[in-house]
Amino acid sequence: MKLTWRRLPLKLIAWVIYALLAAGIVYGIIGLVRLNGSVFFIQAILDGLKLGFVYALIALGYTMVYGIVRLINFAHCDVFMVGAFASYYAITRFGWGFVPAILLAMVVCILLNITIERVAYKPLRNAPRITALITAIGVSFFLEYFTALKFAFGADYITYKRPFEVVVWDIGGVLISNITVIIVAVTILLLLLLLYVINKTKIGKAMRATSLDKTAARLMGINIDGIITLTFAIGAALAGAGGVLYAIAFPQIWTFMGIMPGMKAFVAAVLGGIGNIGGAVIGSLLMGEIEVLTVSFVPFGSRLRDLFAFLVLIIVFIVKPTGILGEPQVEKV
Amino acid sequence: MAILEITDLHVSYGAIRALQGISFNIEQGEIVTLIGANGAGKSTTLRTISGLLRPIHGDIRYQGNSITRVPAEKIVKLGISQVPEGRQIFSKLTVRENLEMGAFTRKDKQEIEESMERVFTSFPRLKERLKQLGGTLSGGEQQMLAMGRGLMSRPSLLLLDEPSMGLAPILVEEIFSIISRINADGVSILLVEQNAAMALSIANRGYVLETGKIALAGTAAELLSNPLVQTAYLGES
Repeated sequence: MKLTWRRLPLKLIAWVIYALLAAGIVYGIIGLVRLNGSVFFIQAILDGLKLGFVYALIALGYTMVYGIVRLINFAHCDVFMVGAFASYYAITRFGWGFVPAILLAMVVCILLNITIERVAYKPLRNAPRITALITAIGVSFFLEYFTALKFAFGADYITYKRPFEVVVWDIGGVLISNITVIIVAVTILLLLLLLYVINKTKIGKAMRATSLDKTAARLMGINIDGIITLTFAIGAALAGAGGVLYAIAFPQIWTFMGIMPGMKAFVAAVLGGIGNIGGAVIGSLLMGEIEVLTVSFVPFGSRLRDLFAFLVLIIVFIVKPTGILGEPQVEKV
Repeated sequence: MAILEITDLHVSYGAIRALQGISFNIEQGEIVTLIGANGAGKSTTLRTISGLLRPIHGDIRYQGNSITRVPAEKIVKLGISQVPEGRQIFSKLTVRENLEMGAFTRKDKQEIEESMERVFTSFPRLKERLKQLGGTLSGGEQQMLAMGRGLMSRPSLLLLDEPSMGLAPILVEEIFSIISRINADGVSILLVEQNAAMALSIANRGYVLETGKIALAGTAAELLSNPLVQTAYLGES
């Protein structure tokens, strides 16, 4: 009895906040459509989708690695950056097309992330979690500053040369570029591939089993180290593709370019429920929309976009710390 | 020939010495039970055999070869399968996927399907629940799934950790009769149980573990009639 009395108001407050948020969003959307016309609104939604899909590619790496080793790989956003640079060199130096360039970026990122895991995280497998977390931050800084050295990528902003001409279609006033089409198509293709691997293949099932219970997975004869390596590889491949797509959408690259999108993708993963693959995608799309809608409709929105994005994180932590699809974590002894 | 021979096994968790030199063996085709109170080292023994823990001293021989330094994932392949305490089934995987994971070390799909059918003859209820998530099963069904999963690797030696834990008496009877049947199919069994009476009723031999040491050893009949065992583990006065 005591327990329910203490819990009831908290739950009620949470539901009131949900209701207010929902009402606010609906009211806001109606108002915006009236004020600016539906074309403007649809345009913003589309742009948000473009951004959201790129976030999804990054967020999946965060969430999958967390699901298996319970570590936020802060260096993940720098792997994303390396992906963008790898494709830049492929395009400008070797004159490669889009497909070989993105494939190269994915391979480079896989090798990089596997190396990071082997060198930096594996020796800390049994150390306290905070140790690995701090190491991840260290690896992140290392990658950012090391690649900014002259003999590496250099510290300047570099204009990214797109591997194809930009084409814009006007559909009833809504502008759609081939960039949006390519981003959405590539992301959906990779997502379907990922879902197939995770759900249908033996190794994918082993990955899920490992994320649920490592000890039991070992008793099945599953090689945990192999699964961890594979998880880092898959996350890196997606981040690499994300880096290329992001650079194509916002064609300016430098070695610190990963931080902001990486942070937002991380927030998206938490918003969706860290460790949950579907949650990462939903969270990312929401984050993309929130950002673009802020820019489009809120006064001084372009300066407030990051504020709003990270406000989401704070609200999630207050209202539902486990995220949209996340479940309460039961710490096992 | 002994399928498993354990000699002078010492295992520690940090400063805590969980096993202090135990030795025992399991003959081909036997059911051997380890009984003892909480914290006596029963589960530690099983975890060490499965390679989840490394002993600080001692030797584990399986079919004549030392497996003391073999990693856990290879031990399954050699033919030792463990059904862990508290089932540890994969709650977000379907029953079918759980069983598939049990056969992770095997390649031939045809044979894996046959093994699955064999599991269904022992546990027909699993077949009805194939598409259900493991976590939605009842406690008894989860135990059946854990045992089915353990059998999917076609083990020669099955390690069972507290299969009766948390189950209704009628289910316990069912589980134990299935254990006997598995054994009759030629699988040697090492059974860890708190329910000593039940364990000794199907076992050939037993060992009583007390604070990391073997206190008593004998055939099941000897242990059942031993007054010390009766007072300490069978709840008779």
